[in-house]
Amino acid sequence: MITIDNILETNRMITENKLDVRTITMGISLRDCAHPNIENFCRNVYDKITKSAEFLVKTGEDIEAQYGIPIIHKRISVTPIAIAAEACKTDSYVPVAETLDKAAKEVGVNFIGGFSALVEKGFTNGDKILINSIPQALATTDVVCSSVNLGSTKAGINMDCVRQMGEIIKRTAELTRDQDALGCAKLVVFANAPGDNPFMAGAFHGVSEAEKVVSVGVSGPGVVKHALEDLKGADFTEVAETIKKTAFKITRVGQLVAREASRRLGVPFGIIDLSLAPTPAVGDSVANVLEEMGLERCGAPGTTAALALLNDAVKKGGLMASSHVGGLSGAFIPVSEDQGMIEAIECGSLSIEKLEAMTCVCSVGLDMIAVEGDTTAATISGIIADEAAIGMINNKTTAVRVIPVPGKKVGDSVEFGGLLGRCPIVKVRNNWSSEAFIARGGRIPAPIRSLTN
Amino acid sequence: MKLVVTTVGKDRVGIIAMVSNILAENDINILSVNQNIMDGFFNMIMMAETVGKDVNLPELQKLLRAKGQEQELEIKVQNQEIFNIMHNI
Repeated sequence: MITIDNILETNRMITENKLDVRTITMGISLRDCAHPNIENFCRNVYDKITKSAEFLVKTGEDIEAQYGIPIIHKRISVTPIAIAAEACKTDSYVPVAETLDKAAKEVGVNFIGGFSALVEKGFTNGDKILINSIPQALATTDVVCSSVNLGSTKAGINMDCVRQMGEIIKRTAELTRDQDALGCAKLVVFANAPGDNPFMAGAFHGVSEAEKVVSVGVSGPGVVKHALEDLKGADFTEVAETIKKTAFKITRVGQLVAREASRRLGVPFGIIDLSLAPTPAVGDSVANVLEEMGLERCGAPGTTAALALLNDAVKKGGLMASSHVGGLSGAFIPVSEDQGMIEAIECGSLSIEKLEAMTCVCSVGLDMIAVEGDTTAATISGIIADEAAIGMINNKTTAVRVIPVPGKKVGDSVEFGGLLGRCPIVKVRNNWSSEAFIARGGRIPAPIRSLTN
Repeated sequence: MKLVVTTVGKDRVGIIAMVSNILAENDINILSVNQNIMDGFFNMIMMAETVGKDVNLPELQKLLRAKGQEQELEIKVQNQEIFNIMHNI
């Protein structure tokens, strides 16, 4: 039996606290598209995507209307192109990225992810071609997202790839400099990347996934913040309980949307990703949730503990609300997409080092951080190595999405627009070089905790 | 399909009549009405149910939104399932 209070609460969450479903993401396997001729391969890919996702956007819009819950994005993830395209006799996968872009625009989705390679242990020929194609691919497409997994708890860290990705990020920034290095906002470097993540830029359709699946990513930091506003001075047990209950409600909405989307599209339900994904809108901020717990500003001592509690309580509450939970599932801490994080950087309470500490307990990693344009490739590789190490040792997903904006200095800021938001240039301690460390290459061996058998 | 219709806005004569009429014209049966005035603001929640064939919800939403705007009201109609799933285990 639902009560008037229930109805008012749900509608308040949607209208005032910006509760939304961030994305319905359709994962599509491209493993059956292989062909030695790249033109044939691209045709197979285009046909498969446009046929599979023909009704994805319309279905999303119908569900949105039916329940009165905004569904912000509709997206597609595909098999990592380094695998799908490997049979092609070619030295560049840029035409494949262009095909993905065209297919995504044809069906009207916001992003398509999967221009990806999984190289934590080493490179195949396809992996090498893909990684070298990334800068050009991101410069010539609009909605294609790219990711590279270069470390895992099981395999260790591919330091050759770490070195290379520093250079690839710099090159991508250079090729998209007229858009303030927007290409780098669509490129993420992972350790322990999940194959069922519906969020961009890191979504790809993992090799162990079914032919097609529909997954849903929820959002709702504003709802959690609102729930905590009534708990001034309450102890942490009560704070955790309240977050759990709120996460349950948010996730149930995601579950409803996923079930409906799966039924209407005739595609199996994959997972719900429980992540609290912020947006640049005022009041939709993870930083503000941490501040609501009693921190004057995000970044003050205690921030990591607050985030650990939030991340854990979100998972506990969300787990029971959905039949299958997966993806990244936690609290995201992107800078440019979160008004509270932006303000914390601007007022000096939050630094990249504190963000790194926070990535030990958040759902992913260093996300959407703009840095000075002259940050060297080796420094960026150093940042990537640190994050990959945190992921490898702690058996969690970590990632780096940094944007070295050409011509920008600390004190400047950069506007990406839409969900990607705005970012003040974040200071990196690059007075000291990581050059010789990164130049070593090779592999950091898998940690002792990989030997679990 | 069970529906929840929420109407919020400045109080005036004929709001219930207007909303009820639109629902009736669309073969929607009203199951319960909860209405009050708070600080001069009209608040109403109706539980309703489609009779026979399911209604075209986007069309109905468009109509209610337009009619609501004429009278400075916000009228929402949603499938009841979203409230069930969020508040019941």
